[in-house]
Amino acid sequence: MKLNSFKLLLAAAFLSLAVAPAAYSAAEKEPNLDANVDVSDKVSLARGAKYYANFCMGCHSLEFSRYNRVATDLGLTEADIKPLIFTRDDDDNIHKPGALMVNALRTKDAIRWFGIAPPDLTVIARSRGGGDWLYSYFKGFYKDDSRPFGVNNLYFPNVGMPHVLQELQGLQQREVDADGNPTSTLTILEPGKLSVGEYDQVAKDLTNFLVYVGEPAQLHRTFYGILTLLFLLVLLVLSYLLKKEFWKDIH
Amino acid sequence: MSLLNWIDSRFPLTETWNKHIAEYYAPKNFNFFYFFGSLAMLCLVLQIVTGIFLTMHYKPDAEMAFASVEYIMRDVPGGWFIRYMHSTGASMFFIVIYLHMFRGLIYGSFKGPRELVWLIGMLIYLALMAEAFMGYLLPWGQMSFWGAQVIINLFNTIPYIGDVVSTTIRGDFVISDPTLNRFFAFHVVAVPLILVGLVFVHIVALHTVGSNNPDGVEIKKLKDEKGIPLDGIAFHPYYTVKDIVGVVVFLIVFFFIVFFMPEGGGYFIEHANFEPANALKTPEHIAPVWYFTPFYTVLRAVPDPWYGTLAMFAAIAVLFVLPWLDKNPIKSVRYRNKAHLINLAWFSVTFIVLGVLGVMAVTDGLKELGTRGTQIYFLFFAVTYVHSRPRQVNYLMWFVILLVSVLFWDLLRYDSSFTDNQSSLFWQMLLIPVAYLATTLLLPHFVGAANEEKEVPTRVTG
Ligand code: HEC
Ligand code: HEM
Repeated sequence: MKLNSFKLLLAAAFLSLAVAPAAYSAAEKEPNLDANVDVSDKVSLARGAKYYANFCMGCHSLEFSRYNRVATDLGLTEADIKPLIFTRDDDDNIHKPGALMVNALRTKDAIRWFGIAPPDLTVIARSRGGGDWLYSYFKGFYKDDSRPFGVNNLYFPNVGMPHVLQELQGLQQREVDADGNPTSTLTILEPGKLSVGEYDQVAKDLTNFLVYVGEPAQLHRTFYGILTLLFLLVLLVLSYLLKKEFWKDIH
Repeated sequence: MSLLNWIDSRFPLTETWNKHIAEYYAPKNFNFFYFFGSLAMLCLVLQIVTGIFLTMHYKPDAEMAFASVEYIMRDVPGGWFIRYMHSTGASMFFIVIYLHMFRGLIYGSFKGPRELVWLIGMLIYLALMAEAFMGYLLPWGQMSFWGAQVIINLFNTIPYIGDVVSTTIRGDFVISDPTLNRFFAFHVVAVPLILVGLVFVHIVALHTVGSNNPDGVEIKKLKDEKGIPLDGIAFHPYYTVKDIVGVVVFLIVFFFIVFFMPEGGGYFIEHANFEPANALKTPEHIAPVWYFTPFYTVLRAVPDPWYGTLAMFAAIAVLFVLPWLDKNPIKSVRYRNKAHLINLAWFSVTFIVLGVLGVMAVTDGLKELGTRGTQIYFLFFAVTYVHSRPRQVNYLMWFVILLVSVLFWDLLRYDSSFTDNQSSLFWQMLLIPVAYLATTLLLPHFVGAANEEKEVPTRVTG
């Protein structure tokens, strides 16, 4: 009898969570590939940073992030990171390591070239709910002559971005089934400089890096979390014993 | 002690301490659900303290707001920790408040003599919703913007003066910098002041009438020769040490979220909110934060926007009059009839289902389920009223009356333009309100055991 109300609440929660999604069918979308994101792999992060500086930074800024912060978090020195700084400040000097990672692309030009300004990517991994979509996107470009840059993307239909990694990956084509309908299988049409496995690693490094840049705090917060929880567990035992001691005489 | 005497002759320090802490006698049988009052106070303090630190770095400016939040997350030492405590704290606050209100519901704490405590609590709940709604605009992400857009546009539906009202709320014809500025003012100063004031009054009112308990027994009826309730124990030290245990358990859950899953699975901080607000780009799916979703579903259940808005506000407003709907003298669910327990179970399930539906994109099936849920939500209050006098009431008559009102509502919304799928869902799900009314009204009529109330003991149990 005593636990009645608690049981009622639990039962309510379970029942409703079971009932509601039953009637739910998700909208059709290409399911993401699994990126196996690992932000503790500093070597991968550093490679990702290098690819990003070389292939992406010209169009996509990381305007909330700073070069030296990335260096510290990735275990690099300022000297290591300097060769990756291509962007310039208002006086046309190469950015200092303490600068925000902005670029010189003007929105007006960008819209003229791509029809849309390339978005800032500092928190893209967070707004896309993790790295899986990014990884899929990097692997999802395929040949489509009806598009301005000759490529389309399985995970971002009619994307306005050229396949900037084509030189590495090569060009993929989208398979069609017996009835001529497009499937979700992509195969290499013209090979690039890298093998499929090597390119997957590039895509993964970039993904890892973007996931890290989305939230630098994630490298440290679990450590603090474990300390805090250990402390609280000790406190729990003590406070429980204290309560028991005081309540001895209550019946 | 002379300092204390010095103060006491100028300010009732000892007296206040005794009145509210050391000599406040609370029932000795508080259970799990009684932790949530003190936890709600903890949440309020947490939100205010973390909020003050956020305010030191946040910029209430449409051009800078999003960037300033990212600045807090990256460049301010410990900034991410403060922000995650604040965003997690907002959701935890609502979890705590909902459990606190649920307690009041099942143990009849809203009934006399505690009607005012309940009413003040409802005002706190309103203020809290306003606080969270305005706070959510501040990070200036896509969901901040479009969530606010949806809610403020509701005021547009008010006949004649709608435009004026919504323009006044925004301070502009569209959501923009002035909106952000005034929401910031309300969020950091006005509403927190109101909240603190209301919480104070809530406690003073409670300590005047005394706490209820899981048995719904008035402990003040039986006192010893010193005037101390027989079933009462001093709040301090007994409940202070007990609440500390509750606080530690709460903090374990809280910090687990803060450190290991600060986005709360995309429900505490929505993914789309990591994209800066863009007035030209409507997100494909706008979902309010989870704690508003039950009411959002009620809103969407009614096709006409103005009536939908009314229904949404009515769903909150009926909670205010609960003390005058449920006139049954037995407070706790423990001693009420089974039909009442079933009624409460339906209500809890319905509230959660409505909440889950509110975060999902609408399909025919979900829309119909949402409408049926909304019907149950409102029927619950009528049935609660009916259950006030289980011995005398004519259950059959009420079954007919309420069923007819459901059918009347259905008649209004049944539309010849329904697709086959929609009308078959309509008929299938008509079973839900019928089942609801059958289990809460027909069951106690035909099965005596379901209508039997138990004797309330004179002393608390356990
Ligand atoms: C030539 C300019 C250019 C370069 C270089 C470039 N992008 Fe893009 N990118 C764009 C444009 C333009 C868009 C917007 C596409 C759209 O919205 O249709 C875009 C979109 C994206 C998106 C999707 C953002 C969203 O809205 O969800 C991602 C992710 C992305 N780029 C990643 C990269 C990465 C990683 C690189 C480097 C390997 C890169 N881009 C290099 C121009 C560029
Ligand atoms: C009483 C309960 C409160 C609730 C429920 C609440 C809720 C919220 C919510 C939901 C947000 C957006 C969450 C996010 O960061 O994504 C927010 C942001 C914010 N709040 Fe509060 N808040 C409360 C009290 C306060 C107080 C008292 C202050 C200041 C004195 C404050 C200052 C801020 C600031 C500056 C932001 C913007 C920074 C940010 O988005 O992280 N809040 N609040």
